[in-house]
Amino acid sequence: MRGRANASTWAYALLVAAGLAAPFFAYPVFAMNVLCLALFASAFNLLLGYAGLLSFGHAAFLGSAAYLTGQAVKAWGLPIEIGILAGTAAAALLGLIFGALAIRRSGIYFAMITLGFAQMVYFLVLQAPWTGGEDGLQGIPRGKLFGVVALAGNLPMYYFVFALFLAGFWVIHRTIHSPFGQVLRAIRENEPRAVSLGYDVDRYKLVAFVISAGLSGLAGSMKALIFQSATLSDVHWHRSGQVVLMTLLGGMGTPLGPFVGALVVVALENYLASYGSWVTVITGGVFMACVLAFRRGIVGEVLALVKRSF
Amino acid sequence: MLNVLSGQLLIGLINGSFYALLSLGLAVIFGLLEVVNFAHGAQYMLGAFVAWMGLHYLGVGYWWVLILAPLAVGLFGMVFERLCLRRLRGLDPLYSLLLTFGLALVLEGIFQNAFGISGNSYPVPAALEGGTNLGFMYLPRYRAWVVLVSATVCCGSWFIIEKTRLGAYLRAGTENPALLQAFGVNVPLMFSLTYGFGAALAAFAGVMAAPIYQVTPLMGGNVIMVVFAVVVIGGMGSIGGSILTGLGLGLVEGLTKFLYAPASDVVVFVVMALVLLVRPAGLFGRQR
Repeated sequence: MRGRANASTWAYALLVAAGLAAPFFAYPVFAMNVLCLALFASAFNLLLGYAGLLSFGHAAFLGSAAYLTGQAVKAWGLPIEIGILAGTAAAALLGLIFGALAIRRSGIYFAMITLGFAQMVYFLVLQAPWTGGEDGLQGIPRGKLFGVVALAGNLPMYYFVFALFLAGFWVIHRTIHSPFGQVLRAIRENEPRAVSLGYDVDRYKLVAFVISAGLSGLAGSMKALIFQSATLSDVHWHRSGQVVLMTLLGGMGTPLGPFVGALVVVALENYLASYGSWVTVITGGVFMACVLAFRRGIVGEVLALVKRSF
Repeated sequence: MLNVLSGQLLIGLINGSFYALLSLGLAVIFGLLEVVNFAHGAQYMLGAFVAWMGLHYLGVGYWWVLILAPLAVGLFGMVFERLCLRRLRGLDPLYSLLLTFGLALVLEGIFQNAFGISGNSYPVPAALEGGTNLGFMYLPRYRAWVVLVSATVCCGSWFIIEKTRLGAYLRAGTENPALLQAFGVNVPLMFSLTYGFGAALAAFAGVMAAPIYQVTPLMGGNVIMVVFAVVVIGGMGSIGGSILTGLGLGLVEGLTKFLYAPASDVVVFVVMALVLLVRPAGLFGRQR
């Protein structure tokens, strides 16, 4: 056990080093996109991988936070720190409302309900007077961090995003490895037993849902500043599908799986960007292949391989 | 005033007919296979496109395609069930949801590549052109036909499932497939046929929809969200329940369009939230 803990500490240290060095080897916007979606997928993984709840509406949290941050920074002229906090808090609040309703059903119904609510958010964003309809919000300024550090350049922006990613990832890490996380896993494995042990299962699920929604919101706020835009695609159900795919492909229920999944999906989308809607076809194909052939995902399969070999 | 109201209610009734047809297919598939068919919308779109392609490339008319498109899509559904869906049997139903989601993306993407996202219109068949003036409103003949046919198909399906021997097998398979197989019924074949039947129903709805809505690759994705909400509201357990809920919600949508048009896109989801508050199991469902 001690050996494994050491190994994972080394792995994390290596990844942080890689993250610090990344903008010198990769295009910074690409790297920021990966970090942003990796945080989104990690937040989603907290729900699916550890609590066993499949939300098909996480785009609602990412998207609404992106729009709110954009609006706060651009139209209201608020500092970006406030904008990010507002976006994250709004997503968490939205998560509280949707979560309280959705956890009244479980399994596939839960998926359909969250999908429905996300679709509702999509229509609201489409029709609201300030969201810019089909165009979305464009030209969101990146502003200055604490009024000092200008973030307009990609390099300072990258390190700001990286710090936010680490903070979000740390929250997830702490949640998973806390007694709270243990109870979540117990609920996933055997809900009736968790109930009979006296746990208020619904409250645990709701708290997990709110944390996941809030961190998805943080990812959305980051997204609005990275790309300086919030668009309809951020609230569309394709986005909800994308986060499911990243988590599934990387390996759900593994801490690093969502990161790997996000890296692969972003790379794939970048590589295929010129092929138009073939991206949708390939995404769907990867989905089917994942579900049929390797349900443990990339990290899950590697871990299983390591376990078998040693 | 009355004119506008009855007009919106008619549109609501038409939409409701499609919701009913689609949620019926979903309920049948879910009942036996325990699969939430995310590809249902894509199969609906496929039906509409088969109709459109049949007319434009082969000159096959509406009446032929009304039979051929469901057969073709049903067959495709059976092959998909046999090759892919069956491998997931016994696993968490979330996996089959994700598999059919992938299929929906693949189909949507292929058609988007081939036809773009702009709509293609499909002419109303000659025999059903025109309409009658009922005094308080004008009733296009094709719309009356849609309501009539979908009511017939829904009632027919309900009758087959609830009252015939074949339906009894289906219901028995829903309760306990292993026992049914022990009695000598070919259950795997029944699974394939049921999935094919559900897909065929979706394609049938698609052909019916082609002359009313624009035929576009995105038509399925838009409608499937609403149908899922319908299913949550009605509860997937009962066939009759899903038909009634579909029709009812279509009418609610029409009424909302009359009262406050911008809310009509979200009203179904608001109803879903309310039902979850009051009756979490759905209007006709049993809490499991």
